[in-house]
Amino acid sequence: MDLRLNSISHRYDDLEVLRDISLDIPAGRIVCIVGPSGCGKSTLLRFIGGLEKPTRGEVLQIGEAPADSLNPLTYVFQDFALLPWRTVEGNISLVLNDHGVRGREAEEIIADVLARTKLSEFRTAWPRQLSGGMKQRVAIARALAVNPAALLMDEPLSALDSQTRELLMDDLVGLWTRAPFTAVYVTHNLSEAVRLGHRIVVLSRRPGEIREIVEIDSPLAGRDLAEPELDARQKHLWALMRAEAEAADKELAHG
Amino acid sequence: MADGSLTSPGGIATGDRPEARPVRFRGGGFNPTSPRWVGAAVFVVLIAFLEWGTRAGVISNLTMPRPSDVFATLVDLARSGMLWTHLVPSLTRLAVGSALGTLAGIFVGVMIGLFSVARAGLVPLVAALFPIPKIALLPLFVIWFGIDEASKYALIAFGTFTPTVVATYGAVDTVDRTLIRMGQSFGLKWHTIVLRIVLPGAMPGILSGLRVSLAIAIILLVAAEMLGAEYGIGAYILQAGSLYDLERLFAGVAILSLLGVLVSAAIGRIEARLLRWRG
Repeated sequence: MDLRLNSISHRYDDLEVLRDISLDIPAGRIVCIVGPSGCGKSTLLRFIGGLEKPTRGEVLQIGEAPADSLNPLTYVFQDFALLPWRTVEGNISLVLNDHGVRGREAEEIIADVLARTKLSEFRTAWPRQLSGGMKQRVAIARALAVNPAALLMDEPLSALDSQTRELLMDDLVGLWTRAPFTAVYVTHNLSEAVRLGHRIVVLSRRPGEIREIVEIDSPLAGRDLAEPELDARQKHLWALMRAEAEAADKELAHG
Repeated sequence: MADGSLTSPGGIATGDRPEARPVRFRGGGFNPTSPRWVGAAVFVVLIAFLEWGTRAGVISNLTMPRPSDVFATLVDLARSGMLWTHLVPSLTRLAVGSALGTLAGIFVGVMIGLFSVARAGLVPLVAALFPIPKIALLPLFVIWFGIDEASKYALIAFGTFTPTVVATYGAVDTVDRTLIRMGQSFGLKWHTIVLRIVLPGAMPGILSGLRVSLAIAIILLVAAEMLGAEYGIGAYILQAGSLYDLERLFAGVAILSLLGVLVSAAIGRIEARLLRWRG
């Protein structure tokens, strides 16, 4: 299942947020969207998953999602969005039960996703007992449990410290390498984009427009930011974003 | 560092070493805890003072009954079986009335929290009903529901209803919207989002509202029983009051206080059970 964004524009009252965004998201690849803060990248992600409607343009799903996918478009949020009154397994069983998966079948899925995210021994822990990195791994496990056709990740590592971020990036690369998934990954962190993205979309400051699309073909598993080629890519991206970020920083907040 | 051997960073040779003194502590406080025995000690000291005062004659018997006499009255009441005769109808009225009021209040509060029409229509209505002293409406309830139990249930229910509504919709408003978005993004059904995300998220606020509304229920219980009730703690107190029988009056009041403490403790237990996740 591919996704296609067809000239999406959006405005809140008289504030133009996004302008004419067209983009293809091919199956099995990670598309990173980077841009300065306030450029509308998270808004764009909410359009892709149908949580919000753009003023103009449309998001198309091309082809059917796999039949065993319970929730084809699944988010991973920046602040984890775990229910604090449910244990690790309770957070996962909530979304499974509501899609009619119960009992043994649910048990198996939970055991599988917890093993994949290295959380098996924390099955009955409360979210408050977990570190930020663990919470995000639970959120990733929950997302994997519904077998999504595309993962929509909204700055998933931005609330974490830099060491945890490194570890989780390795985990994501490992997950993708074992079973490639489609993902749209929104971030303001260029090194995350260069590590995880097959295609990096650079947005301008508000109103967000596509400045450039950078393709990186080297396999995810082998990427090392010390490589001159990746380093050059990151420098190039920063050169594109620098002026935008500077100007965005000086804007007054709206609303 | 504590030994003061730290030299000035610039390495300026001043000859004598600068004076070293500990940094003044200015944190702490603003974090009250409640040691178990203090609460009990306050009661003990107060009662012991009254006992001493009434025995020594500092407090006249007309202004305050002797605590030991009040206790004896309570024991008599329990021995004669009249305690249960009064307590059972009171507890029934309290349970039925407050159950009706709080359940309806939680339902309406959740509706206000979820639906724009309910919010626009009901918030002003609740604001208009809240400040009415429900006791003032007792005659009206008697006309509507008769002099029997129904009017007492109605009074307690109405009195607990409005504070529960206000607490509930306030609590629903504070539920983290990102959790609701999460529910929608996983394609959860509407009723699952309400039952599994909105209600548990609002539970802390609903329970603290319950504390207030149950205290109000006890106040209204007495008010309701002062009108046309043969048995009940309120009727007992009213009877004692009209005879200026201070021992019995205080015995009744002590039962009400104890009831308040028990209700509060019960809610504490429910909180500990339902809000286990807060740790």
